[in-house]
Amino acid sequence: MTEPQTERVTSTLEAEVAGSAPIAEASLWSDAWKSLRKNPFFIVGSVLLLVFLVMALFPQLFTNADPRACDLSRSADGPSGSAWFGYDVQGCDYYANVVYGAKVSVTIGFLSMLGTLVIGVVVGAIAGYYGGWLDSVLARITDIFYGLPLILGAFILLSVLPDRGVPEVSLALIVFGWMTAMRLVRSTVVSVKDADYVQAARALGASTPRILIRHILPNAIAPVLVYSTIYIGTLIAAEATLTFLGIGLQLPEISWGLQINSAQNRLRDASHLILFPSAFLSLTVLSFILIGDALRDALDPKLR
Amino acid sequence: MGRFVARRLLLTIPVLIGATFLIFAMVYALPGDPIRALAGDRPLAPAVQAQLADEFNLNDPLWLQYVKYVGDLVQGDFGTDFSGRPVSDTIEQRLPVTAKLALAAVIFEAVIGLIAGILAGIRRGSWFDNLVLVSTTLIVSVPVFVLGFIAQYVLGLKFGWFPTSGIGDGWYSYVLPGLVLASLSLAYVARLTRTSLAENLRQDYVRTARAKGLKPSVVIGKHTLRNSLIPVVTFIGADIGALMGGAIVTESIFNIPGLGRAVYDAVLRQEGAVVVGIVTLFVFFYIFFNLVVDVLYALLDPRIRYD
Amino acid sequence: MITTSSAITSTPRPASTTPVLEVDDLTVEFRTPKGVVNAVNGISYSVSEGETVAILGESGSGKSVSVQAVMGILDSPPGHITNGRVLFQGRDLLTATPEEQRAVRGPGIAMIFQDALSSLNPVFTVGHQIGEMFRAHRGASRKEAKEAAVELLDRVRIPDARRRANAYPHQFSGGMRQRVMIAMALALDPKLLIADEPTTALDVTVQAQIMDLLKDLQRDTGMGLLLITHDLGVVNEVADKVLVMYAGRVVETGTVDEVFSDPSHPYTEGLMASVPSVEGVSTRLRPIVGTPPDLSRIPTGCSFHPRCPRRVLEGAPPGKDCDDDVPLLLPVGAPGRASACHYREEVLRARSTAAGV
Repeated sequence: MTEPQTERVTSTLEAEVAGSAPIAEASLWSDAWKSLRKNPFFIVGSVLLLVFLVMALFPQLFTNADPRACDLSRSADGPSGSAWFGYDVQGCDYYANVVYGAKVSVTIGFLSMLGTLVIGVVVGAIAGYYGGWLDSVLARITDIFYGLPLILGAFILLSVLPDRGVPEVSLALIVFGWMTAMRLVRSTVVSVKDADYVQAARALGASTPRILIRHILPNAIAPVLVYSTIYIGTLIAAEATLTFLGIGLQLPEISWGLQINSAQNRLRDASHLILFPSAFLSLTVLSFILIGDALRDALDPKLR
Repeated sequence: MGRFVARRLLLTIPVLIGATFLIFAMVYALPGDPIRALAGDRPLAPAVQAQLADEFNLNDPLWLQYVKYVGDLVQGDFGTDFSGRPVSDTIEQRLPVTAKLALAAVIFEAVIGLIAGILAGIRRGSWFDNLVLVSTTLIVSVPVFVLGFIAQYVLGLKFGWFPTSGIGDGWYSYVLPGLVLASLSLAYVARLTRTSLAENLRQDYVRTARAKGLKPSVVIGKHTLRNSLIPVVTFIGADIGALMGGAIVTESIFNIPGLGRAVYDAVLRQEGAVVVGIVTLFVFFYIFFNLVVDVLYALLDPRIRYD
Repeated sequence: MITTSSAITSTPRPASTTPVLEVDDLTVEFRTPKGVVNAVNGISYSVSEGETVAILGESGSGKSVSVQAVMGILDSPPGHITNGRVLFQGRDLLTATPEEQRAVRGPGIAMIFQDALSSLNPVFTVGHQIGEMFRAHRGASRKEAKEAAVELLDRVRIPDARRRANAYPHQFSGGMRQRVMIAMALALDPKLLIADEPTTALDVTVQAQIMDLLKDLQRDTGMGLLLITHDLGVVNEVADKVLVMYAGRVVETGTVDEVFSDPSHPYTEGLMASVPSVEGVSTRLRPIVGTPPDLSRIPTGCSFHPRCPRRVLEGAPPGKDCDDDVPLLLPVGAPGRASACHYREEVLRARSTAAGV
């Protein structure tokens, strides 16, 4: 008499539990969105980011001047009504140059982030899911790359590459920067791979890639999203640093790092040459960090 | 404890070998001809070329070159640069400079970062907390080399408080570069302390401490802070190694003759032996301080010590 | 808030000693960004020396919050005590200075928690954490505190106490850890021990050992015991008096025998019907339908009415509409019993007639 009763209770319980997962998931994102909309840091960050994205895609919307139309007679002239940011050493309109500089920064930021994610997710998922000796070996390899700081490693790698354009700089940043994404994905995979619903999927005969993609990796979306947003800022700063050191992008590329580099000895007499690209660079990085911080606060209910 | 350290030491060996090989391979295996670079625009006689190649083991396969290099390295021989000067001399001369810079940075990082983080974490939502949040966000957003210029311009040139170049003023010359080098980590320490403290304040054992009728100063100072500082202390420890490797930018801006500056110059001149030697040293320090931190961690947290 | 209930529950039980703790119309709310959560809505009770009072309720009924407020360890913000008195030996703790409150915690009222692992500090030895009580409240030296801690560990029957005093919490089993918590709580001979779900996280056999230990210690010291639990079995075994809480209110109170054998509130009735009895014939279990209410949106009228099988909505006598009129905690049956149901007499009678048939 009691047995079928208990069974029915259990099965309804199961239905409830099964049904609650997507609901919890959906409410995580909708709750996050609700709190984001009210977060002033997120709004400021998004507006800034939007401005710089548009600037990177359509610089013509911001300036009519040709960044490469130069006149040495006005070399390093300061800001004025006709040229808001003044002129650079070559006598080119500095505002146009700074606006056109957004393109490579944003491109390298996204490109190297994409590469970092691909390596991070693949290696992290393999290490976390299979564990054992494979995990140990991959962990040691990660340690090896951690031994070289991002800037130093990329600096050396770029110095031996024959060309230093956007792809090469991105590559260098990927090679020495994928490790944290890998550890992030790995720890998520480890923490959920033995969860009951994953066991259930396995028992139902789902293939390994399917289990990973459908059941395990979605758990990593929130942390990876937060990390990547902030990390794009880091990557953009790193590109500018490498270029500033003279080992990143090369002329005639238009980039903030190059602009700061060529102006570095003019700090005393033409500080505007350093100020404007530095400000644009910092604001771009800031926009990603503001959004990333806001995302973390919104997606991590523990911190609320 | 002894076994824990021994196991950790063993684990660092493959990492050290792998990392040095990685540097070695990058510098010697990739395109770019060091001998031609040395010669500059002058044409070299084939015989001289061959002799130089032989001297630097350039005709051996890469792994053999590496094995020979490591063989020399363990005997303290870092090789010589193209002018015949032992790399170890350069290191000996420049290591103290970088070490001082890193030390200055760690002091700033620990003192300012910890104080700001603790005050912000205890009074979450206060104006000071918000100040810490906003200022750390700004610091993190401004790339170190830009921050260097700002510091040089404002504190050095405008106000004339600090020297902006070189190390002619003894310890005082390290203040500004040290602060710039520390900036990113400082902001991170402040934030980490703040979050860690706030997280620990919510722990059950803090509630227990209050239920025991302990003074608020004991509840926070003993039962919360001790646990909160474990991740912070370990971060600072590990950061010492990272700061040395990160000195390349700061040393370039402030014209400080340390190891970072030496690597920078050597990379531009394609002096492989100098680059590999110094970067190997950086990796060694990085791994060493991480090892120290692991031991420190075990000392601070009994859950790990008795694992 | 309607609070006439206090008159009944704070009446001392006949032949009992003076109350150690009297809680009167305690009201606690949490102010969250999503709105106000009414966790405790005017509850009153008292605990006398040597007496064991159980607060019984589902999770989310406000039972833990109510004792945290008594203990003065409510997280504030977001928690705020908006009304009521907490009298410890006749003195109101809510109006006392923080320093006076602090002096009561430990020597006056002590508390043990559900999860002993997370409730003990992981980086200090258990001996240190127990000894801390003596150092903080009695100014004992390090050595005296250590000795006292070893004695206490021995008293809660931890074998090899002297050596175990130097161990860290994670090196103990769940039951042993809870014994450490108990030792710490009993260090200063408190007049009242609050035990918040002390056995929930433990295995059944260990549960019994811990409850036996608590009972023995209570007999030795004569302290009052306020037990927070959702476990009917534990209440049945150790408690003298029980308060059944639902949605932040006391819905029924009385001696355990009276309440358990003959509930006068449909919620209590539901609780009794939802657990299997070991010796009883295999009757069908009847779970309470629905879910406990969201404390930020407590139903109007009787907060239990949406789930109540006995509710009367239409054609109810004036003032007894279940979805409109808040039922007060009023006397029913034997002296000292009370129930917050408009139809408490009927509920009581319905069962006795059913039993008669």
